[in-house]
Order: sequence, then structure tokens, then C-alpha cells
Amino acid sequence: MQQVIRLSGGWVLGLLRYLGKLAELCRLIMEALVHGRFFLRLLCRQIVAIGYGSQTVVVVTGAFTGAVFAAQSYFKFKDFGVESSVGALVSVAMCRELAPVLTGLMVTGRVGAAMAAEIGTMKVTEQIDALRAMAIHPVDYLVIPRVGAIMISMPLLIAESITFGILAGYAVTVYGFGVPRAWYLDHLFYHTELEDIVIGMLKGFVFGLLIVVISCQQGLTAKNGAVGVGQGTTNAVVHSSLAILIFNFFLTFLLNTFFPLGAS
Amino acid sequence: MSIAAKQGFIEIKDLRIAFKGNPIHRGIDLIVPEGQTLVVIGGSGEGKSVLLKQMLGLLRPDSGSVKVDGQEITGLPEREMAESRRKVGILFQNGALFDSMNVFQNVAFPMVQAGVRDRERIESRVTRCLEVVELAAEGGKMPVELSGGMRKRVALARAIVNEPRCVLYDEPTAGLDPIVADSINILIRRLQKNDRVTSVVVTHDMQSAFRIADRIAYLRSGRIYFDGTPEELQASEDPKIRNFIEGVSSEREKSEPGLRPGGHNSA
Repeated sequence: MQQVIRLSGGWVLGLLRYLGKLAELCRLIMEALVHGRFFLRLLCRQIVAIGYGSQTVVVVTGAFTGAVFAAQSYFKFKDFGVESSVGALVSVAMCRELAPVLTGLMVTGRVGAAMAAEIGTMKVTEQIDALRAMAIHPVDYLVIPRVGAIMISMPLLIAESITFGILAGYAVTVYGFGVPRAWYLDHLFYHTELEDIVIGMLKGFVFGLLIVVISCQQGLTAKNGAVGVGQGTTNAVVHSSLAILIFNFFLTFLLNTFFPLGAS
Repeated sequence: MSIAAKQGFIEIKDLRIAFKGNPIHRGIDLIVPEGQTLVVIGGSGEGKSVLLKQMLGLLRPDSGSVKVDGQEITGLPEREMAESRRKVGILFQNGALFDSMNVFQNVAFPMVQAGVRDRERIESRVTRCLEVVELAAEGGKMPVELSGGMRKRVALARAIVNEPRCVLYDEPTAGLDPIVADSINILIRRLQKNDRVTSVVVTHDMQSAFRIADRIAYLRSGRIYFDGTPEELQASEDPKIRNFIEGVSSEREKSEPGLRPGGHNSA
């Protein structure tokens, strides 16, 4: 029994310590936004790496998710004779849940891992100490451009994912299953509200922040050479993915109180 | 020594630091006079690099004081250390070059970050520094394309590009062939003689230490065991100092000829 209490106590303390480190990085980000130096060139470079570079993976994920979701919905809706509503379902689901969550997860795998690995390698090879020795704060130079880039890129990537998901759903339902185009589009436009898109974008901001804070923290605290960098990279992906899924649950409820589904 | 001469560019008092409860420095007192070269010698794991990092505020001591050009830096927040760090350049043990930039960009980086915008001035200064380390032709190469010694020399060019008043060298000659090592020693000496650059050199290369030092401090068991001129060090009769200078691992091995190179191994 004592062993169980000790183990669970240790786990809770470890979790609290970890959350403390994340909070400390958030504090440093706030401080950098007020007192830090701004590197515009690095921000642009990160927008290209994070936003431009993630488009293929996000578009493919969005398109195939929209297509599969449309196909599965069609098979079931057909039994009830409401197959023309597939467009509305795909659109609302893509905007509110599928596009933000899947984009978040794909960006985590692609960008979060790269952030943790790059910053972690800089840490273990003393490049971060070299920056500090030149009177450059590592948060100003490494974290803030990534925060800015991901906050700009995520909503745009989500918009792309939504667009391609809806287009793929349209192609499958209208061209694949022969549902009349006018019915499909009528339902889609009637049921998709501006709020649905706003929810997707807001989730994008939050997920982007989670990815960047968790991944940069793992990079900045990497130690023990290549093994430590590998461990940090794995942690960055796992922790960011879990955080996205958990935050998504609570955000869904929170945002639904401001933008209830089907209120208008 | 007069009181005036004791005013150092870097002054360290009762410096203590421990990692995971394991004490590394147990009360270090050290003064680095302006314009002089202090060489810190000591065995591996004695905390020589840790000492250099504390001089720049890259590591925070548990207690004690570090003053750089009269400014106490131990309690300063990271952002307020910028002023003291601009006065000091550092050569890291493995170079710590930015691997996303080529050699030229690496050397130019501290100038650009210090706010120099004049391209011609940057170009001529960077070229000059690369010439000093005999790498002027390698400006376009990436750090991964360079050998360990070349990387260290690029890092040295980067450390001096902003003409700092003090340069900290972490094992500047380790892993270099004797000729390149000697050219680095000459460079350190030249910077000190011509530009009055204060230097702190951490090394366990005794030949290099005697060649460049105005003073040598021997770090042992977390304290400064010896602090004096190279001549005083060489004249010392202390067996621990003699062992270190002569590269003898222990008294026991000294007395067993079979374990020494050139001795007879009876086993």
C-alpha cells in the first residue's frame, strides 16, 4: 500500500513539476513579448517551415478524412433517406472537430518533433549557451518566432483542411454516389454557420500554442546528448498530441456555451 | 602584490556550486587582472568549464560572488546580463558553431546581433578574423564540412570578432595537431600583447599553459590549490602539483616502474 502511495505521489509530483516548467516557459514568453528583441526574419523563416511546409500533409489528411467521413455518413444516411444531408454533417464536423484536431496532430508530428529536435540539439551542443554568451535571449531568438509563426499558420492550415475536407466529401457524395448537387450544397450552406468556422480557428490558436510551448520546452531542457534529444522529441510529440486531445474535449464544451450548435 | 594590482577584470569570491548534491566548487577565490592571461589547469571533471560558464553567468552558483568589470552578475536576471556579456567573448570546448549558418555567417553573427549594419565593415572584419585563424578561404563552408580543429578556429574567430575586452577559452588546443595548437597559442598571446585582451584559458595541456600564461591557477577538489606565475608553478615542490605537471597519475604508479612507459612490466 505504502508502495502504491509512494509511486502515485511521485507521479503526481513529477506531473506538477513538469507543469511548472511549462508555466515558467509561458512566463518567459510573456516577458519576451514585452521586453524581448523581435527577429522578423526568423518569424518569416518559421512561417515558411511551419505553415508553407505543412500544407501537403494537412491537405491530404483533411481531404481523405472528409472523403471517408462523407462515405460512411452516406452509407448510414441512405437507410433513412437523408443522404443529401451528408454535406452539412461533413462541413460542421470538419469545421468544429476534425480539421482542428487532425491538423493539430499532423502539425505536432511534423513541426513539434522538428522544434524539439532542433532546439534540443542546439542545447546539447552548447549553441544555446553560445547565443546567451552573445547577449541573445534564447526565448527571443528560438521560441518567439515559432510562437508567432504557428499562431499565424495554424488557422490558415485549418482553413485549408476544412476546404479540402468539404471538397473531397462533395466529390465522393455528388460524383461517387450520385446525390444531387443542389440538395447537397443547399444543406451544406444552410447548416454551416460562421460560428463553426470561428470555433475551428480558435481551437487552432490554442493547439498551436500547446504544440509550441510543449515542444520548445522539451528542446530547451534536453540533456544527455543524442539520447536526450531523442527522448525530448518523443515526449514533445506524445505530450502535445495528448494535450491537444484533452484540451479539445474541454474547449468543445467551453466554446459550445458561446457558440451553441444549431442555435441559429 | 599591491591592492591596486588586485583589482581584476573578473573577481570571484567564495564561489560554490553543486550538481545533484555533488559539490563541484567548494569556495573558489580568483582574480583575473585586466590585460593578463590566466590559465586554469586541473584534472578532468574538476569543474574548469563550469568555472568559465559561471564567469559569463551561463551557470548560476549556489553561493559566492562573480564580478565582471566591477559589476556583480550572480544575482542578475538573464536579460540584465547582456551588458557584461558584450564585454566578454567565449570559445566553447566543441566550438558551438550554429550549424544552420555557414562559416562566414557564424563569424558575422555577433557583429550583426550587436547592431552593426554596415555590410562592408562586417565583411572586412569577418575576413580579417578568418585570416587570423587561417581560414579565409573556408567562409562559404558549413560547419559539418569542417574538421574539429577548423571548427574550433572558426569559433575562435567568432569569439574575437566584436573585439571583446576579455576572452574565455575552454580547452582551445584540445584535439588539435601540435602545429595548429601552437598557432592558437601564438594568437592568444598576440591578442593579449597587442590588444590588451584579458584572457582566461582552461586547459590541461601543460605545454600550452606555460607558453601563454601570465598566471596559472590549479583547480583541485573544488578549490584553487595553487595560484602563481608559471615560474612559481614549475619551481613548486608540492607532490600533487608535480604529479599534475609531469602527468603522473598517482604516487603509487610513480613508485611502480612497470606501470610507467619505458618501465619493465613484470606481468
